Amino acid sequence: MNVVLDKLERAWRGVVWYLREVSGEARYDHYLEHFAVEHPGETPMSEVEYLRAREEYDRLHPNTSCCC
Amino acid sequence: MTNVASSAAAQAPAPGRLEFENDYTPAEAERVIRNSKGLPVGVRPKMVWTWPKALLWAAIAIVGAIGWSILAVSRGEQISAIWFVIVALCSYAIAYRFYAYYIQMKIMRTDDANATPAERVHDGANFERADRRVLFGQHFAGISGAGPLVGPILAAQMGYLPSVLWIILGVILAGAVQDMLVLWISAKRRGRSLGQMATDEMGKFGGMILSIFLVVMTAIAMAFLALVAIKAMASSPWAVFSIGMTIPIALLMGCYQRFLRPGRVIETTLLGFVLLVLDIVAGGYIADSPVLAPIFTLTAPQLVIALVIYSFAAAALPHWLLVTPRDYLSTLMKIGTLVLLVIGILIANPSVQVPALTELAFTSNGPTFSGDLFPFLFITIACGALSGFHGAVSSGLTPKAVEKENQIRMIGYGSMLVESFTAVIALIAAITLSQGLYFATNMSTAQIQAAAGESYSAEASAEANAVAATENMQVSDIEGNQMTTTWESVDENGDPVVYEGEEALTKAAEDLGEQSIVSRTGGATTFAMGMANFLKSYLGGQGSLGFWYHFAIMFEALFILTTVDNGTRVARYQIGEMLANVKRLKKFGDPTWKPGNIITTLVATALWGGLLWMGVADANGGINAMVPIFGISNQLLAAACLVLVTVCVVKMGRAKYAWIPVIPLVWDVAVTFTADFQKIFGPLSYFTTAANYRAQIESGALEGEALANARAALSNAYLDGVLSVFFLVMMGVFLIVGIVVVAKTLISGKVGVETTSEEPFVESQWFAPSGLVATSLEKKVQREYSAKLHELAQNAEAAA
Repeated sequence: MNVVLDKLERAWRGVVWYLREVSGEARYDHYLEHFAVEHPGETPMSEVEYLRAREEYDRLHPNTSCCC
Repeated sequence: MTNVASSAAAQAPAPGRLEFENDYTPAEAERVIRNSKGLPVGVRPKMVWTWPKALLWAAIAIVGAIGWSILAVSRGEQISAIWFVIVALCSYAIAYRFYAYYIQMKIMRTDDANATPAERVHDGANFERADRRVLFGQHFAGISGAGPLVGPILAAQMGYLPSVLWIILGVILAGAVQDMLVLWISAKRRGRSLGQMATDEMGKFGGMILSIFLVVMTAIAMAFLALVAIKAMASSPWAVFSIGMTIPIALLMGCYQRFLRPGRVIETTLLGFVLLVLDIVAGGYIADSPVLAPIFTLTAPQLVIALVIYSFAAAALPHWLLVTPRDYLSTLMKIGTLVLLVIGILIANPSVQVPALTELAFTSNGPTFSGDLFPFLFITIACGALSGFHGAVSSGLTPKAVEKENQIRMIGYGSMLVESFTAVIALIAAITLSQGLYFATNMSTAQIQAAAGESYSAEASAEANAVAATENMQVSDIEGNQMTTTWESVDENGDPVVYEGEEALTKAAEDLGEQSIVSRTGGATTFAMGMANFLKSYLGGQGSLGFWYHFAIMFEALFILTTVDNGTRVARYQIGEMLANVKRLKKFGDPTWKPGNIITTLVATALWGGLLWMGVADANGGINAMVPIFGISNQLLAAACLVLVTVCVVKMGRAKYAWIPVIPLVWDVAVTFTADFQKIFGPLSYFTTAANYRAQIESGALEGEALANARAALSNAYLDGVLSVFFLVMMGVFLIVGIVVVAKTLISGKVGVETTSEEPFVESQWFAPSGLVATSLEKKVQREYSAKLHELAQNAEAAA
């Protein structure tokens, strides 16, 4: 029983992980990881600040391809 | 030192357990690639054969062969549509495992010791490693759109066999090869774009041709797809309301995410999806209401105006408000609906109604597209088999995020296989409907009148005329009898009944919640009918048909609106970049310069809006005129991508294997140039069509709306004709430039990395598995990698 539950829980965590990654929700987490290593001791941007900065970046570096 | 090792540790996707025992077998140990620090950064690709594996592949090959022979030889008997799914999956598996692997070994020679752009640049923004499975999903969402849903539907008039052969063989030998190799050359060049790579490898002239081509091509694709959406929405209050409501839904989602729950993408998407479902249900009530229905009943020209205004607004409003949330919805629909559909086909197990080849395969005047099977069938089915557009995506964000070179096969080739599978599903949707229904839906009023001949009556209903037309057409069904019009439904008592003839058409429209399904050209209506049939089989039953039909229309419309938004934006940047090449107009190169933005957006909107307007006004429905120009431009772009790839392959000194991109290139050039030629000269040409309209207008027999329509069709034909000439000249020149570069390289004999713009080798510090599922060896390497990183970090700390 426990084994089954364990497997189910792992599968669920896998699904959540995938959705967060593919939708871009996990981007801020990665930024935090990145930041902690490269600028130890400094304060990272808040999530909202990060999202705004990311938006601005996308505006300046537009993705010039589209689906068909 | 410290920095590199520890930063890599922090970003390793799955740190895994640190307990690493050196448990490699000697054969495995040989395949592990280590960098100068001793970090294992990859595994050399190798086919390892075991008995169970060999048996599995033999089984796949046998099942695939049985499936193909059933599709190819069955005559006069019912076959299950599930065979199409089986044939496709077996063929894809074999192609991916063997042919794509062969290309990987012989041409790409991917090397996991070499760092990818994500590792080289690693700026935390676009150049950021993405897990291969995630990138696969993102790349698929990037390439897939409404294209593969339209072509196979239109091509079904000739029977299923040529279509299924082209969709499956085309993707294996051409489409997926193109996608993967463009991704490869771009990943080897810091993720540069097509235009930049063409400039680097083939000179400024080649780059310029490709850039101009991309703009024109984008505008044509948008106009064509928008026309498909409009054909499905015109005179359908349900569709207009539910699709129109996606704008307020997107705005709501945008505000929710911005102000209430910043960064909660999944939550926002789910909220939007729930609203979307409610919206589709509400559409049914709107369509039934005598007061509200007329408000949402719009004609095609009104919809064009609405769409143009909308796309301009979408470009002007901030992205987070409208475009981003709608992208969430369309990505969710892209991946989710595909799964629902496959399950639906397996459960509904529909039987194929259309024969392998119909009589129309041997004529050039079928209603959905005109022209002979060769070349026009291969032009009509563009996106699911070979699509030049994907070259732009494969040289966009994806190459910047690939973690390891060995993953290129799975992401590039694999995503395109899924796209092709979408096309197979669209084909199944079209061929499991009765042929009479298919033709009644896909013929314009003028075509019905012409086909019905003397049986046509101005007083009779559109349904009666459509049935008369299909009875007059010499087209047989799968059992060899004259085709019929049937619709399976239930009567008032809920008993299953097969309706026939005129009744079938009216009952189908009633079940689907539409006024009429006659002359709904463009493919979207046909696809939605098929999809509704699959989905109602296990989700909701007969009563849910109207919901699923409009869900399908929404599915397709969302793709198309996303393409229209993105396309306007893409065309605008490209126009800006092109203008910036002129000295005095440098400012247009700055994407934040507002006046420049407005001007380029206006130009882009005018380009596709104008094409769309003329298409809608065309009395023959416009789809017929637009399909070839869309297909030809898309396939010519594919030819350009293959030329570029061939140049790179030859310059790398791998001319021996240049046949891999050259075979699809030769085929593609033969198809597109023949088609384009026929569209410029001869009876099928746009100029002949234009001359006919001119004669009609000059005869003075037309007046009022008919005259205006003829004038629009005249300018449409001229414009399409001029575009065809333009394409032929541009791509002819590009091809010659390619041949000259290849010849020069071969004559001089100077080949290798230094002769191309490929980036020199840089040692990789990352490890990640190559395929969708990590092999046991890769799991071992992952453990060693984690343990070594930990050790390196500790050593560095101790030294400090």
